[in-house]
Amino acid sequence: MSILVDKGTRLLVQGITGGEGSFHTQRCIEYGTKVVAGVTPGKGGNQILGVPVYNNVERAVAETEANASIIFVPPAFAADAIMEATDAGIPLIVCITEGIPVMDMVKVHSYLKGKSTRLIGPNCPGVISPGKCKVGIMVGEIHLPGNVGVVSRSGTLTYDVVAQLTSLGIGQSTCVGIGGDALPGSTFVDVLKLFNVDNDTKAVVLVGEIGGTFEQEAAEFIRGEMTKPVVAFVAGSTAPPGKRMGHAGAIITGIAGRASEKIKALSAVGAMIAPNPAEIGLTTKKVLDGISA
Amino acid sequence: MSQFGIPVPRGKVASTPAESRAVAKEIGSRVMVKAQVYAGGRGRAGGIKMADTPEEAAKIASCLLGTRLVTHQTGAEGVPISRVLVEEASKVHRELYISVLVDSTTRLPLMMASEAGGMEIEEVAQAAPEKIFKVSIDPAVGFQPFQGRKLAYGMNLTGKQVTEATKLMTGLYQLLMTKDCCLAEINPLAVTADGGLLALDAKLNFDDNALFRHKDIQELHDEEQEEPLEVQARQWGINNYVKMDGNIGCMVNGAGLAMAVNDLIQYCGGSAANFLDIGTLNTTDRVVNAFRMFVADSGVKVVLVNIFGGMARVDVIAKGIVEAYQQMDIPFPVVVRLAGTNVDEGKRILSESGINFIEAEDFYDGAHKAVQAAKGQIK
Repeated sequence: MSILVDKGTRLLVQGITGGEGSFHTQRCIEYGTKVVAGVTPGKGGNQILGVPVYNNVERAVAETEANASIIFVPPAFAADAIMEATDAGIPLIVCITEGIPVMDMVKVHSYLKGKSTRLIGPNCPGVISPGKCKVGIMVGEIHLPGNVGVVSRSGTLTYDVVAQLTSLGIGQSTCVGIGGDALPGSTFVDVLKLFNVDNDTKAVVLVGEIGGTFEQEAAEFIRGEMTKPVVAFVAGSTAPPGKRMGHAGAIITGIAGRASEKIKALSAVGAMIAPNPAEIGLTTKKVLDGISA
Repeated sequence: MSQFGIPVPRGKVASTPAESRAVAKEIGSRVMVKAQVYAGGRGRAGGIKMADTPEEAAKIASCLLGTRLVTHQTGAEGVPISRVLVEEASKVHRELYISVLVDSTTRLPLMMASEAGGMEIEEVAQAAPEKIFKVSIDPAVGFQPFQGRKLAYGMNLTGKQVTEATKLMTGLYQLLMTKDCCLAEINPLAVTADGGLLALDAKLNFDDNALFRHKDIQELHDEEQEEPLEVQARQWGINNYVKMDGNIGCMVNGAGLAMAVNDLIQYCGGSAANFLDIGTLNTTDRVVNAFRMFVADSGVKVVLVNIFGGMARVDVIAKGIVEAYQQMDIPFPVVVRLAGTNVDEGKRILSESGINFIEAEDFYDGAHKAVQAAKGQIK
């Protein structure tokens, strides 16, 4: 098993005819992902990379039975694209787009309420279940199939973490980038819940960063319900308060947003804290050795 | 704020002492002269002063204008004062606090009110959390009168003030939604001697991602209030640059990795001169411009390039580094760690170029060598 995406995933690409959309569609197909449809309003009826393009998501789902969507639509139109896919009943939406206004996401969350669609992102690298399916923009080759789940607010830092794991021979069940925005569709807690009941996942690596209280909420969940060991790192110990560190959500606006507070919360519930970002792989190895010993 | 029905003191912005005098004269009573800067804590730092006469207002303005204000929210170098606000002084009976923001836990707008105004809300949250009242707002129906009453009674307002406060909060919520703010805060909200409400000071944080649909707010932007190197970075297309105090200039792709590089440098005993997320690129210009930034920053003694190519291609970064060496004199050692998409091609470009750089094996090695180079232990 794995979580969110696997061999049964039938992917639809919203914004497939754009530069990034087509580039990454190609990469996903090369990785083995079944890409069944693309949507670009006004370009319906065409084919790109051998994938049929539709004018809207509803039609694409009706004809191809797509069960996941990845979104590459520009920020001003991305909220609309998320709601369109939700309306079409797609159970999993992965939104790559960076720069969606916060108020647009408030509306999206309000729209998603009571519906069964799960949103990952926006402003994220996507989801990969190594050896099975890639719904994202991450480099496929650095991954190795295995039993460690990875969940992260970052993109490239996650690549480094995955490369560390792979070089130590530690494979991954699924890697989920929840994104760097202030209002992500899924939080650490949402993804930890899935890893907690996934038979293939033996331990989880959580990569947090400054801003918000997602790591503290994760700590609460770990304390109460998590049955698997968690390795954690929180980026931004050296970030100055009040400055937006690249990600829209990575800004220390209060005490709880500091890396030290998050590390304290995670450490208090038994998560193993990596001493520095280059030793996340080694810390995971120690934890896994501890389980099998 | 007044566009949204929020009562504010009468006043105008002035950029010379003569203008300040004229505004004070027009108001015709005692005035406050307030330095207009992007920082809180102005009162304690001497940036807000009272004037009984127009002459006095002009005198205060001439003392403030052209100087730099240092508050607990600015660095030691402070921020320049190029404008002052001259406004009617009010007789304040009580100071309250009201704000509305987007709460990341509920993903809904959250209105907060407290009768402990005039101090920072986080201090209140720690010292007297029972004094803070909160309501979540459903964006489908907006801010409701019952929510306003709940917060108003929580601040111990009575009679007509309750209706007035509800109207004010409704206006503040509309401001948040209409202008795409992440935070709209009134602190203090004064209860005046005659029982009225008046917003004496406010802070609005606008969502950078939404500025494309608010030309009016973009025009309010005052670059003089910012760190000059950060302004320069934006002009050169580097949008994610934050100046810091150390001596290792960093160029990284991705915000999380960039923060982690800075953390790792500190772990290795050094400190970063900046945070720089180069982003995803298809051309070398931004890499060359990043090197221009490092050369322009007199604090930089070493540069660390750490790239894990995903969307960003390592060979493009490598070409950019070579071009930077060709275009300018690089007076400091450069440590380079490359990994990810097209890494072999990137490494080949660097080694065949003949430029003098320090190659790093991995993430840790890069930070470690940069710290060593900063201490003069390797070159």
